Amino acid sequence: MSIISIRNVTKKFVGITAVDNANIEIAANEFFAVLGPSGCGKTTLLRMLAGFETPTAGEILIDGVDVSTTAPNKRPVNMVFQSYAVFPHMTVLANVGYGLKVTGVPAAETRQRAEEALEMVQLAHLGERKPDQLSGGQRQRVALARALVKRPKVLLLDEPMSALDAKLREQMQLELTRLQEEVGITFVIVTHDQDEALSMADRIAVMQSGRVEQIATPELLYESPNSRFVADFIGKVNLLDGQVTGASDQGVTVDVAHLGKVTVPHSDHAQGPVSLAVRPEKIRMTVSRPDSGLFIQGRIVDWAYYGDTSHIRVQPASGLPMSVTVQNDTRSTIDNGDVGDQVWLSWQAEDTLVLDR
Amino acid sequence: MESYRKNQRVFWVLAGPGSFWLLFFFLIPLGIVWILSFGEKAVIDGKISITETEITWTLANYVRALADPVYLVIIWKSIWISVLATTLCLVIAYPVAFVIAFATPRWRPWLLLAVILPFWINLLIRTYALIAVFRIRGYVNFTLEWIYDTLWLNRLFGPFEPLELLYNDFAVVAGLVYVFMPFMVLPLFASIERLDRSMLEASLDLGASQLATLLRVTVPLTMPGIISGLILVFIPCLGSFLTADLLGGTNATMIGNVIERQFKAANDWPFGAALSFLLMYVTFGALALRALLSRDVGTRI
Repeated sequence: MSIISIRNVTKKFVGITAVDNANIEIAANEFFAVLGPSGCGKTTLLRMLAGFETPTAGEILIDGVDVSTTAPNKRPVNMVFQSYAVFPHMTVLANVGYGLKVTGVPAAETRQRAEEALEMVQLAHLGERKPDQLSGGQRQRVALARALVKRPKVLLLDEPMSALDAKLREQMQLELTRLQEEVGITFVIVTHDQDEALSMADRIAVMQSGRVEQIATPELLYESPNSRFVADFIGKVNLLDGQVTGASDQGVTVDVAHLGKVTVPHSDHAQGPVSLAVRPEKIRMTVSRPDSGLFIQGRIVDWAYYGDTSHIRVQPASGLPMSVTVQNDTRSTIDNGDVGDQVWLSWQAEDTLVLDR
Repeated sequence: MESYRKNQRVFWVLAGPGSFWLLFFFLIPLGIVWILSFGEKAVIDGKISITETEITWTLANYVRALADPVYLVIIWKSIWISVLATTLCLVIAYPVAFVIAFATPRWRPWLLLAVILPFWINLLIRTYALIAVFRIRGYVNFTLEWIYDTLWLNRLFGPFEPLELLYNDFAVVAGLVYVFMPFMVLPLFASIERLDRSMLEASLDLGASQLATLLRVTVPLTMPGIISGLILVFIPCLGSFLTADLLGGTNATMIGNVIERQFKAANDWPFGAALSFLLMYVTFGALALRALLSRDVGTRI
């Protein structure tokens, strides 16, 4: 059974529709991410789960109970705020114990549970400190402990990593995943960082302009995006515009400039103008003309070296340049080409997606 | 701020006028009053002069102020009236400041204007206006009478008896609250507006009621504003004499009135100066309390 059911939820503010008819089912113990660019409505969605906003239409069920209009302090969910919102006038221990103290949990139990929660986030030794004596990462752990100590049915995290530096972010991502497995609580995280969502979440909902575009596992989202937006937002993608000329059991045949008529596997119905999508790392770059798959000739216009990989842009005879990611799997890979060289790009038909334009 | 060493001329040009003003129109007059408080009426040709004062470094003025219970009682009463007025200001101003801080940006300037507007009218006129509100045939009594008559209570209990609202302690407190309200609202507004809204949301999210959130999060986090407001209202309340003069009765005198009388009617400047300094020491006490309180806020859970 779903722990959270978001059914036909719409939220309108004056002049804008922040969330437009969202339908999301989140399973118990799932690590669920809501991913989207700034202003896509993901934070509004989270705030409706927490109770800070009320849906204009639709209903939200938590553990089978309609909480659409329930006050935030009456919901079995807790939130880690983007700014952490750690109370500056209380010690770390008092912060963590706050949620228990105000709901009438006896002082001794409050203290014990707060200490346990601090231990869980490895801050047991800092209980008597004030928040202004902590680093950003430590404050986040306090916010985390403060929410988890309430043993909520769902933990909501609003862009929790946005204020951390890259190294700490990676460490916290691993830690959050570990914590989620340890406490067995449903986590719902809102983020605009696709790496974060892909690496941590069991499933991801991608949002754009208030609408949920796709809900899928990270692998499906990356390999089988259902729209140009999702394909483009998650990772990099090359899009080649073409026209559908026919369909068969093998897939659809698309006429694309410089590629000619190619047949790619595609189960859904497709017709008229479409885009062929292929990920940069699925493309092979060779000097000689390849003898199988889809291929296109172009000139290298840009070569960005990242150590483990190189990101290369190749300009075909017309149209947009194509991105290629090359694994620098030998020390001499770098010698394989240079800006200005004519090269062939090739990839397999089954690595190609057909997306509506 | 290190640059004042490099640009000494700029520093003196900028700091000069202010320092000059403070020195000649504040510190030196204050010193004169302080010296005056150790003086007594001069004896000229064997007669005590009415107008001339002689500095004899006597402590008689302070002894008189502290020994005669009349003055201590008035100081004590002034403190209590000021405490009451300040507390009322806080209780009324906090929700007002809260509403203004949480109002939409379109409304906020207008609401702030409504709070500041009375400042644009002379204090004397505002206080006289209060007389029109509180007197026997004033607006409060008119309103009460109208309600009384509308409810037909006059047929049950006889005609409406107007309330005596003027020339007593109530009128003085009401007047002080009215006059000094903006001094409370503005610092409170400033601190509530700076408050991170997610703190309040976090408190609610953790299961605290609205009231618990107010008492455990909002009030402690806006404590600097509360303390500033208390000080800004309490100190001028303590020294005010106009309000008590116009709205208070003969027995509602505050220490400000006594001091004023010493300087004017009684022409006893040394005693007036001594009373002024006693009042100032009380004010210092209030400021010391503030310092103590704000240090407390830092360590309290």
